Amino acid sequence: MSNTPAELRYTESHEWVRTESDGTLTIGITDHAQQALGDVVFLELPEAGRVVDAKESIAVIESVKAASDIYAPVAGEIIASNQEAVDAPEAVNGDPYGAWLFKIKPANAADVDGLLSAEAYDAVANG
Amino acid sequence: MPQHTPLHATHVAAGARMVDFAGWDMPVNYGSQIEEHHAVRRDAGMFDVSHMLALDLAGAGSKAFLRGLIANDVAKLAEPGKALYSCMLNPEGGVIDDLIVYYLSDTAWRIVVNAGTADKDVAWMQARLAEGGFDATLTVRRDLAMIAVQGPNARAKTWAALPGSEAASASLKPFQGAAWGDFFIARTGYTGEDGFELTLPADQATATWSALVAAGVKPCGLGARDTLRLEAGMALYGNDMDETISPLDAGLAWTVDFSDTARDFVGKAALLAKPASRQVLGLVLEDKGVLRAHQAVFTAQGEGETTSGTFSPTLEKAIAMARLPLGVAPGDSVEVDIRGKRLKARVVKASFVRNGKALI
Repeated sequence: MSNTPAELRYTESHEWVRTESDGTLTIGITDHAQQALGDVVFLELPEAGRVVDAKESIAVIESVKAASDIYAPVAGEIIASNQEAVDAPEAVNGDPYGAWLFKIKPANAADVDGLLSAEAYDAVANG
Repeated sequence: MPQHTPLHATHVAAGARMVDFAGWDMPVNYGSQIEEHHAVRRDAGMFDVSHMLALDLAGAGSKAFLRGLIANDVAKLAEPGKALYSCMLNPEGGVIDDLIVYYLSDTAWRIVVNAGTADKDVAWMQARLAEGGFDATLTVRRDLAMIAVQGPNARAKTWAALPGSEAASASLKPFQGAAWGDFFIARTGYTGEDGFELTLPADQATATWSALVAAGVKPCGLGARDTLRLEAGMALYGNDMDETISPLDAGLAWTVDFSDTARDFVGKAALLAKPASRQVLGLVLEDKGVLRAHQAVFTAQGEGETTSGTFSPTLEKAIAMARLPLGVAPGDSVEVDIRGKRLKARVVKASFVRNGKALI
């Protein structure tokens, strides 16, 4: 069974979103997503400074099985991507909520309120 | 409803991630595909391949029938139990399926075909049998299960799991099989490692699988089967060849036997009229990324295409099999289009790993 921490927000495209104390957002992929993908072997992450739209495809995750797109949960500016995860992509399987992928400074902080709760995400993921 | 092999409940109970494969609900992995892959390269792993179909061909006319049916020549099989890999072609020279034929005697043969093509294969064979009026009968053996045990320790662990099997199978050479009671044990596989493919009564599948687990053989899913066969440079039907591709263009010329000029087989005239226009070579990605099927390959001699690609767990690099223009050679540097970016790849022979060792 997959793990969906209650304190995070989620997207229907299987990203998790954590709001940090400074209002920036940290994004990764869910436990459900990493299980479905299988062994992750390659990440292509966006560069800091890139301005992205909500639901824009901005990263690629490749497992042994297939390539999948990762989407920006909200509009904003990329302020960091996780080079450690790029160097050791298997961390996404081992610790999906620790191995974050990128951070966004949201254009509009209220956009996060439109994302899914853990309960709503579980319904999507298992539906 | 997808079909279930005799081991389906065993896979589900073991927590396998199940997927639809050619109409069968099959395990893609039991946790980590990469760990399963390494188990086969380093120790012993096993695959439920009961979705593949075993056929028995019997009768005085069966040898003549097979010589006309498939592109390789069963006449070269002299030793009982010897296996032959071949393509079965349509009249246009396209590949209907690739299959293995075991020679049991001049009047008894075992054929194993792919799951996804099994129905059309049987219909095609029955039609050719009727058309030629051969004294031969084809029997579908869905009453059998098949388990492939593969890896450097696969044979020893099989012998430990199945007491008495060693005497029947210790002297088997590669690509040879022998009956052992209700079992047929063949020293064949689809991984580039030593091992056995066991064909057995369906009602003994669960007990056999459990005995192999107890002997230390790791259950592996179709995911690892695909990365293993790709590292070994073995073609996958539907990816690397199909009804529109000649075996000469699919890197399978070695399986087409023209040596007996008096022998005719379905597709022969088409192959003779159309020599190879492409070749199959391997690619190793030098840039970061993962090669997949159907990516465009740019070479000095023109454009080609990948037919299978993956991340190689053994080499820790992206690899692919590619259909490339004639004239491209191992050592060449080419570019592959991955999501609109052109990345650098090196051309190698289409065989990356054998018996646990990197070949590139």
